[in-house]
Amino acid sequence: MGEFKVHRVRFFDYMPSGIRALAFNRDIERIAVARMDGSVEVFHCSDRFFQEKIIPGREQCGIEGLSWVGERLFSAGLNGGITEYDLTNQKVKYTVDAYGGPIWTIAGNQQGTHLAVGCEDGTVKLFEVNEDKIQFERNLDRQKSRIISLSWHPSGSKIAAGMMDMIQIFNVETGHSVHRLLADRGVGTSRSKECVVWSVVYLSDGTIISGDSVGMVKLWDDQTGTLIKSHNVTKCDVLALSVSQNEDSLVAGTSEGTVVQFQFISMVLGKDDKEWVRTRTFKNHTHDIRAVAEITTAVVSGGMDAQLVVRPLLDKVEVRSAASALRKIHFPHRRLVSCARKSGLMLFQYPGHLELWRLGESEGKGEDDIHLFVKRNPEKLLHLKVKGEDHIRCSAVSPCGEWIVYSTASSLRLYRLHCDNNNVSITKVLQISTELSANQLCFSSDSSHLFSASTQSSVHLVSLSQSGCKFVGTLKPKSGERTIGIRESSKIIPASEDGKWLASANSDHEVHIYNLQTRKAHCTVPVYSSAVTAMGIHPTTNCLFMMYADQQMCEYSIEQKQYTDWSRMVQRKGLHRFWMERDTPCLNVMFNPQHPSHVILHDTYMLCIIDQSLPLPDDKTQFYNQLTLKSLPEEQRKSHSHAFKVCKTFKDILCVELMSDQSLVVVERPLEDVASQLPAPIKQKKFAT
Amino acid sequence: MVETSDIRVVRCGGSKVNLTPPIISSDSRFVLCTSGDLVKVYSTRTEEWLHSLQGHTNQVTGITLNPANHLQVYSCSVDGTVKLWDFIDGILIKVQLVEVHETVEIFLSSGLCVSACPECFQLVSVHLPKSAEQEVEAKEMSAVSSHISKNPSCTAFGRGGEYIAFARHLQLNVYFFRKQKTYSFSLKATDKKGAKNAFTCIACHPTDDCIATGHEDGKIRLWRNFIHKKEYTYSTQHWHHNAVNTLCFTPEGTHLLSGGIESVLVQWQYGADNRKEFLPRLGGSILHISASSDGQLFCTSHSDNKITVIESSFKVCGVIQGLVKDAVLTDLMIDPRSKALVLNGKPGHLQFYSLLRDKHLYNLDIVQQEYIYEAGLDQFEVVKAAFDIKGSWLATVEERGKKSSDLEFFLKLWAFDERTQSFVLNTTITAAHTDRIISMCFSSSEETTMLVTAAEDSQFKAWCQGADADTQQDQNFWSCDFVGSYHKLNPTNCSFSADSSLLAVSFQEVITIWSPDTWEMLTTLCQPPGVIRDLCFGRLSCSKYLLGTTTKNLLCCWNLLTCELEWSTSVDVSKLQPDPFSENVAAFSYQSKHTDLFVFKPSEPRPLFTNKNVCSEKVHRAVFVPREEPLNSCDESTQWLNRSQLYFLTQNMDLLTFSTATEEDRMLSSSKQLVIDDSVAVTPFYLLLGKHRQQQQKLNTQSHPVSDKPQQTQGSVTIKELLHTPAHVLPAASVLCSMFVNSFLISNTGVQQDPLSWLT
Repeated sequence: MGEFKVHRVRFFDYMPSGIRALAFNRDIERIAVARMDGSVEVFHCSDRFFQEKIIPGREQCGIEGLSWVGERLFSAGLNGGITEYDLTNQKVKYTVDAYGGPIWTIAGNQQGTHLAVGCEDGTVKLFEVNEDKIQFERNLDRQKSRIISLSWHPSGSKIAAGMMDMIQIFNVETGHSVHRLLADRGVGTSRSKECVVWSVVYLSDGTIISGDSVGMVKLWDDQTGTLIKSHNVTKCDVLALSVSQNEDSLVAGTSEGTVVQFQFISMVLGKDDKEWVRTRTFKNHTHDIRAVAEITTAVVSGGMDAQLVVRPLLDKVEVRSAASALRKIHFPHRRLVSCARKSGLMLFQYPGHLELWRLGESEGKGEDDIHLFVKRNPEKLLHLKVKGEDHIRCSAVSPCGEWIVYSTASSLRLYRLHCDNNNVSITKVLQISTELSANQLCFSSDSSHLFSASTQSSVHLVSLSQSGCKFVGTLKPKSGERTIGIRESSKIIPASEDGKWLASANSDHEVHIYNLQTRKAHCTVPVYSSAVTAMGIHPTTNCLFMMYADQQMCEYSIEQKQYTDWSRMVQRKGLHRFWMERDTPCLNVMFNPQHPSHVILHDTYMLCIIDQSLPLPDDKTQFYNQLTLKSLPEEQRKSHSHAFKVCKTFKDILCVELMSDQSLVVVERPLEDVASQLPAPIKQKKFAT
Repeated sequence: MVETSDIRVVRCGGSKVNLTPPIISSDSRFVLCTSGDLVKVYSTRTEEWLHSLQGHTNQVTGITLNPANHLQVYSCSVDGTVKLWDFIDGILIKVQLVEVHETVEIFLSSGLCVSACPECFQLVSVHLPKSAEQEVEAKEMSAVSSHISKNPSCTAFGRGGEYIAFARHLQLNVYFFRKQKTYSFSLKATDKKGAKNAFTCIACHPTDDCIATGHEDGKIRLWRNFIHKKEYTYSTQHWHHNAVNTLCFTPEGTHLLSGGIESVLVQWQYGADNRKEFLPRLGGSILHISASSDGQLFCTSHSDNKITVIESSFKVCGVIQGLVKDAVLTDLMIDPRSKALVLNGKPGHLQFYSLLRDKHLYNLDIVQQEYIYEAGLDQFEVVKAAFDIKGSWLATVEERGKKSSDLEFFLKLWAFDERTQSFVLNTTITAAHTDRIISMCFSSSEETTMLVTAAEDSQFKAWCQGADADTQQDQNFWSCDFVGSYHKLNPTNCSFSADSSLLAVSFQEVITIWSPDTWEMLTTLCQPPGVIRDLCFGRLSCSKYLLGTTTKNLLCCWNLLTCELEWSTSVDVSKLQPDPFSENVAAFSYQSKHTDLFVFKPSEPRPLFTNKNVCSEKVHRAVFVPREEPLNSCDESTQWLNRSQLYFLTQNMDLLTFSTATEEDRMLSSSKQLVIDDSVAVTPFYLLLGKHRQQQQKLNTQSHPVSDKPQQTQGSVTIKELLHTPAHVLPAASVLCSMFVNSFLISNTGVQQDPLSWLT
């Protein structure tokens, strides 16, 4: 089923950044994730947790809290500012300084009118949320110590604030403190240490739940200001709390890496006197859990080990399916590696710099699964530091290997690479500021043009030549009825091999096809409910092959402006159960020029070749059938083979690319390597160690 | 069974007290536990066996207090009856015949009894009819579940008896009696982390709707909200490293007690799951826990047949030790001094158990090393032991390394110390043989004690005391006297004749007869085919006979005077046991899945007594226990039981014995007189008064040399009757008055008595 020489690349030292905060928006089913490096990501909860948006961070911008107000997302950090994000264009909208020192926490009320932030100087500041900006309203009574955590009463009339050694309840109207709840310090040596109330939750029935550094989850009554019950959850800290919408379930994240669930259960069945009872414990993390979110059907948690874990609550799930399985998201759902197919170069994108590597060479021709002798080691050619404080949003290297382009939130830079003998030098060719900053960058296959996906679903064209580069024009989708309102920015732009067609997909799930010769929009692919995760245009048939987040696949003939027969057959027959149950999206679509019927796909765990000439498997056939096929005699193989050939030799794949010399580049980032570079977790005594 | 209608196999003495959870009476004075066919009542404070509830004809499998009357107890048995007892007086109140096959376990709540049957282990709710008759038949039954776990700990009543929870393998079921509806919840067998989720025990919270379940991997789950198919929830706690054997909520529901193989009692605070208390080193693994109704006492029963009484402050206040039969490697022996049964007890110990009083006497530490309670460790075990005829010497062999190739073993000799009344280590022989010791016996003569050991290194050795010249004068150590072998064959058995003039050592198929005085081989006896399995000399009038059994199902009897085979018969004898007090020899034979017993005299090949189908397992160990007072039965078939009683141990570690009809009659009549003494507890006050009374009794015996028993004066009997009869059944005071006054009159016995004697 096609033999490839594989470059197994493991020198991309990508380190995902730890998760600092989570915010769930129930109305639009999105969860926002803030990482330690200041980046904010938005995941679509009902679309298999596809990572829709990434807003890269900046140097020195530590986010401490995230909060949704309606469909607007705010963050606050230790630099003392409150930031609103422009989610359509995936960038920072504005930042307002709160003038209270570092901000530890931010919370919006349910009415969507106010934001409260807790500052280092001991004040809780209220901001009014206006149409386009936020406006400082007033301070609540200033306290002696910093405000670590905040929670609004659902009615919006009271705020509970967690501090060092205590919790204050404020009346929002008057701004005065109503109650002061004292949290106990730990026993023994930790008696001298302050008890930090890391997290508070204010329930509508007046119960305040706090999680503190002593390891207790405490329940308080806000009327009397007394402790109702306390649960010792851990020996370390309880760092995060989250309550479900109907307030019958609470999750607590601890620094041991466990998530503890509490449920509001009647102690005698059929009676109404309910109590909070500790029930389940989930252990999916190795390090501190800094943020948890209870999203009715699942518990989402993230922490220092940089993985986002979605643990389904099976009692709340209606139908068990692949969509409701335990999910661990380690890597971004987009490509951080681009390859110069013709010259064997690879560009690795780090938050603050780019690295250009030349692939190694090997000799000899091997049989199945034979490691070839490496003749020349891979070599790092270039280390390009980003200018300014912004982190890189996207980058690309041209197929010929002569051009490197990257974009940050503020600018786009194009470099020309000079490579003679072992001397590598670059010259800056182009620098464009804000308007042209790209969400995705792509070169044409003959390296003559650069395509830059930009705001409002537009694609900018830049023609490249030896003498320099020239801005040629902008491709815009046909202005139909649906253009009313703000367009989402484009993301995935593959150009066809012959340079005639270009397709772009945006986060509104729209896919536009442009004719590059006329520079006009050609057509639009019918909108599907799931997001496009990868697509490619077939070099000979000019069909657009699309992969969706729900693991469906479509093939669309550009010339005939309709789905191909094969695509319709796939839709009719349905895909195999095992294919649908995979939990990471496909990240690249490639075509093998030698076998026009082959489509090469990959996700984090596997590499797959779809042979469109073979029959599709149904649910009864064996899906992973390579080993069975091997054991069968030649003549029977034909009848048993089906379209999907899955290779699971590689794990934790970041990128797979087919080079022009028919070799595959597989960039792996083993999770063990990531784990070994993490800081040491809290030491725990394990039984029998 | 027809021919032996008056001899019956019974479980009497040394039975398991740990089969079911013990129960504590509501005033915390008594502990009740099942023991074979009996229910035994012990005092919690003195650990004394007070009396037993006798009446079941088969293994008692469950007891529970009557929820309507806390002075009564229900018991159920494999004989298919449920009986109600007044356990303080030991009176049988009511018998309920339950028709379903055999009742195996009983759980009671609010007049509703649920019993399980053995074939398929059904859970059946039996309505106990309210009738005044003593014997009633319970007919009203309804099945709750047709398939439940064999383990009775996997079934428990919930809050107020509203529901019953039972688990089987990976499924938990909750049956609500009022709604007649079952909710089931299942767990996955394993997960990625290697959890073993099978249920092992269940307990229900007394006031909350919370079910605690124990699991095979040591987890404890607390289930709540179990009236929902999907929204049920549970929390998991993990401390035990191996299966949780038992769970028990305290009566108030504030704590949960759990126990497992670790033999650590763990107390979890209900609601604050991280807080737990431990009571470690309780002995064998914990099988059951029960709590008294006031929560002041806990009882744990252990796998080493022991019940521990624990105060709520987590202090052990009493131990009731039964006969330990976990891993019996030694033969069953009788200590000639105390007449106690001796066998393996605690790991590394020999236990001394009085079968007559059914009481554990003491443990003798043989190995003298700390035993580590962990599976898979290779530790020293006592594998052989032998007493000499007077009981002044004890020889033991301990070994380790059965699984691995490097075998280590020690031969130890213990002398009885008159002063401390216990055995003291005299000699340890580290390399007695080069391979495992197979057989060991003391010479039976009174003058010289000699030990013969036969080992797999194809040698037998004779050991004598003080033969070595190097040893010091005051201490007589044991040393080797003679090494014998025969054609490099491995010896299988050795045995001394009754007068110690002959030693028989069997080498595979050949029996060699040696003279211990000269160490000269006198003759060889050979009766192929088959390796000699057992060897014994006849006693008393039959001492000229030597009996041997072979692996090829042959029982042979040689006449030693003629050195010829007297008779032989084809029977597969698994154990040959001579009675030391008579000529009789008992032979257990295992044929077609049941064991038969033959008792015969070596002089005549006709058996005195046969009992077919004694039990369904093989019998490898048996012993004749001398009676305290001999029976004088003239019946031929029971005559052999006159002087001693035959006990045998099945492969299931059941200690069974034979009892005759006359014996049972005697016991029954004695138990009817049983009225509980008011001095249940040995208080200092009792000791003082008791001493006084004993002196008084001595006086009495002196004054009445004819009567062997001290006679109570009529007065004290009357007073006792007066005080012990419950008030509501007492006759009118006017009737009693004359009797009372009469009792003060001194009967004319001829000897003046101290009038104070009966007042005390």
